[in-house]
This record gives sequence, C-alpha cells and structure tokens, in this order.
Amino acid sequence: MSKSVDWKTLAATLFPDGHTVVEQDDFLTGTAQVGGDTVTVIGTAGHAAIGVEIALLQAQAILATVRDHPQRSIVILIDTQGQRLRHRDEMLGINSYMAQLAKCIDLARRRQHKIVGLVYDQALSGGFITSGLMADGCYALPEATIRVMGLAAMARITKVSEARLTELAKSNPVFAPGAVNYLQMGGVEAIWHADLAQQLVQALNQANPQDLRSAAGLQRGGRGQAWTVTQAVIDHAGPP
Amino acid sequence: MNSYLEANARERLAAVLDAGSFYEFLPPALKIVSPHLAQLDSPVSFDDGAAIGQGRLFGESVYVAAQEGGFMGGAVGEVHGAKLTGLLLRAVRERPFAVVLLLESGGVRLHEANAGLIAVSEVMRALLEVRAAGIPVIVLIGGSNGCFGGMGIVARCANAIVMSEEGRLAMSGPEVIETANGVEEFDSRDRALVWRTTGGKHRYLLGDCQMLVADDSAAFRQAAFDLAQECHANAGGIGLTLAVLEAEQQLLQDRIDSFGQAADPLDIWTRLGVADGARLPMLEAEAFVAATAALRRGA
Repeated sequence: MSKSVDWKTLAATLFPDGHTVVEQDDFLTGTAQVGGDTVTVIGTAGHAAIGVEIALLQAQAILATVRDHPQRSIVILIDTQGQRLRHRDEMLGINSYMAQLAKCIDLARRRQHKIVGLVYDQALSGGFITSGLMADGCYALPEATIRVMGLAAMARITKVSEARLTELAKSNPVFAPGAVNYLQMGGVEAIWHADLAQQLVQALNQANPQDLRSAAGLQRGGRGQAWTVTQAVIDHAGPP
Repeated sequence: MNSYLEANARERLAAVLDAGSFYEFLPPALKIVSPHLAQLDSPVSFDDGAAIGQGRLFGESVYVAAQEGGFMGGAVGEVHGAKLTGLLLRAVRERPFAVVLLLESGGVRLHEANAGLIAVSEVMRALLEVRAAGIPVIVLIGGSNGCFGGMGIVARCANAIVMSEEGRLAMSGPEVIETANGVEEFDSRDRALVWRTTGGKHRYLLGDCQMLVADDSAAFRQAAFDLAQECHANAGGIGLTLAVLEAEQQLLQDRIDSFGQAADPLDIWTRLGVADGARLPMLEAEAFVAATAALRRGA
C-alpha cells in the first residue's frame, strides 16, 4: 500500500549523530543525540497492535526518563495498527494501560520535558490518541497512514456509499484517512518531506506545552467547529 | 430507587445534582449541531449528544457533563468533544469543588472519525489540566451503552470512577473483537462473559473503579460526593505526580504478572481469594462490596 520506511532506516536518518534505539517485540526504546542533546526515544514498529504489555513498556520508559533525566526531551516513533483486539486485553483492562501511557506523557510535559511524536508508517485510533496525540507536537511522514477506519468500513457503518464518501472526503477531511487530513484538522503539526534530522531539531525547539490544535484546525480550514464551540462554552454566560 | 440506567442524560444530571441546581452551557435551544452529519443524511441532535453545565452537589459547586446514549450511542464527534473540552477548560478558570462526568459512549463517532479522534485527545489533555489545577474529576458509569473506546481511556484519566454492576468499562467492544478475531476469541452474544469481562464488578475487583454502587441515581450522587471529598482530603494527589503514576505502573504490572495467564475473569476472582466466584454475579451491590472490598486490588 504505502512505501513506508522501516524503523532502522528511519532512526539512521532521524538521528545522524547517533542513537542506541533497539527493537524487541515491536517495542522501540533507546536514546539518541539530537542537536547536541541526548533525547529519550520510545515507540513501536511493525504496525504493532498495542496490547497491555507494550503500552506499559512505553509508560515505563517515560517514567524512567522523568525520574532519572529531568527535562530530557522525548521522541515517540509511531507505527501502530491500533489497540490489540483480544479478550485477554479487555479482561485485564487495556483502557487503563493506554490511559497510563497517556498520563505518563502528560506528567513528562508538566515537568518540562519536550515531547515530539512522529508517525512514520501507520497510526490508528487507540494507539494514536495515547501516543502522538498526547505529544506537544505530532508530525508525520508523507507516506504515513493515519485513520480511525477506512472508507469501506465507514460506508458499512454509516450506510452511505463508498463512492459518495470518497466524493465528500475531497472537501471534508473528517472522513478519509491520511496525514494531510490530520494536518488540516490540527492533529498533525506538519508533514516532513525532507531533512528529517533538521526538522526534528526544529520541532523540539518549537515544542509548546499548550494544546493549540483546535485553533490550528480552524486556521487551516479542516475543523471549523472545535475551537469555536470550545470558546463558546468558556464564554457562555453563567447562571443569573 | 431511581434507576440511573434507565434515565437519560438530563434526568441523570437532575438526580445526581442538588434539586433544580443544574444550569446548562450551550443548551439545545442554541441548536449547536454537528456540521458533518447532514452530509451523510444522518439526523442531528441540538445538543450533539452532550449536556454540559454547572450545579451543586451537597451544596458544593460542581461542573458536570453527561453523554446521551440515546443519540448515536453517546459517540464523540467534533462538537460533542469540543463541548466536553470547553467545560473542562472553563472549570480550570472557575475552579469548582469538582468536575463530575456522567460518561456513556461507544467512543469516537465513526461518521466524523478523524475529528472525533482528535477531539478525544483534546478531552484527555483538558481533563488532566483540571487535575493539575487541583480540581478532582469524578467519572460515573452506569448507562446501557457502557464507556468504550477513547472514552474508556478518558475515564481512566480521572481521579476516580463510580460504576454500577450494569455499567461497562473497556476499550474495544465485544462485537469488534469478534469481527476481527472470531467468535472463539470473544463471543459477543455470551452476555454473561461480556458482563464478567467489562462489567462494574470485575472492574471494581481489579481496581479500575473505586466504588461500586447499585443502579440508583442517589447512590451515584452520594458516591460522587464522597470521592470528591476524599480527593480534597489528599489534595496533593489530585494532579498527576511521579509517585502516583509509579504506583499505578506497579498495580498494572502486578495485574499482568498475577492474572496474565487467566482465561476467564472467573479465574481472576478465584485467584483474588473470592470464596465462590460463580456466585458473585448474583449479589446485590452492597453484599458484593461487603464480600470483596478486602480482597480487591488497588484498595
């Protein structure tokens, strides 16, 4: 489908000054040199299905960074098919494991760690909201596939023909998969076409702990209501 | 008893809050609807399935949101999510005693999938802002649609969760798992199995919810207040801290170590030391809590 990069090629390109990233059972962990500083690298490979173990391993790596390396930046490399669809994961409470990962990223942010996410292959639903979408800024490679579901599956659920959805998707980014659609909606900050190492340095320099995505979605024309409605709630008159 | 399960979103708010105290932000009269559903010839709702506002809980000022399961299963679209985010950010500014979220949702609304996904992450971040401001967030789960997908993650970002045994809390729905990996993996029509796996009693035993109550709005009301008070009694623990998350990490790791080989939640209950696990589904909430409070994890 997509001519995606494998994590080793990506790591070599992204971290030309060196890295110690290793993969075990689709879990990526290590450190890298970026702009003269050491950063923590975590992530997933092989279109990982995020089960309880791999969610917890990522959370552990972030907690260790917060505990042992104050303010060290964190880079999250994302390639996931979404949460693992198994009875065992549900029985063990997989939503708690994914929430733990999200909370660890949020804690790191509050303790002045800069956090950048990069979707280098796939990003789907639950695997994405607890990784890239929790970062200060999430970026994507042009070939990246970001989605909740494809248009065929959406057609089955909404009972709207795939042809019609395809037509609608041309003017409304909420329907169709794709990094560009997420860029327009503010979920992705930018798409990196070249100079990945330089882009990463810049992304870390620009990392902003404020969540400005709904404003970006409005500005880029991809999400017209999110910011407006959020503000309307904040500005709504109180009780008389 | 006033059934929480059978009530709709606004009836629940009326029953959980002090009588007559609910004041709604962006009420249905303003007709703020999803901008995407009409294109799909799908009906809209004038509140997009979420009622938000402020009220009083035993006299204390609280901010509240209730998802309406009767509209698209409480699923999160762009407007629905923005209402939740707006409420949470307003709470950061106005500093109520607590925020109480009455969650009932299948997760992201697939009709506006991309916007719903981003919206859920915005809700998560805004919720954690509320906690960082020292305001406890309490989640109530007892509706017939359960609390699934991204909202199942949102729920576990809160300080505490109250469930009824009828409430369900999980990530992927049984039908989704069955479709992906077959009926042998998860038989979605086996109601007892679905209940054992996602229901309030199992979540209480694992430590994923802090209180289990009967399907009674008054019980949810009391529990929400008690938990908010508990949070304030230990105010340093309202926001995320390294110590709190390390303890949670340990709880979750222990869970895999202890129960990762279990084939059925019944095995887990037995390993917890419950004398007659098969009898648990039959117990009323009060008797159940009396029988298991000392055995459950995370207590």
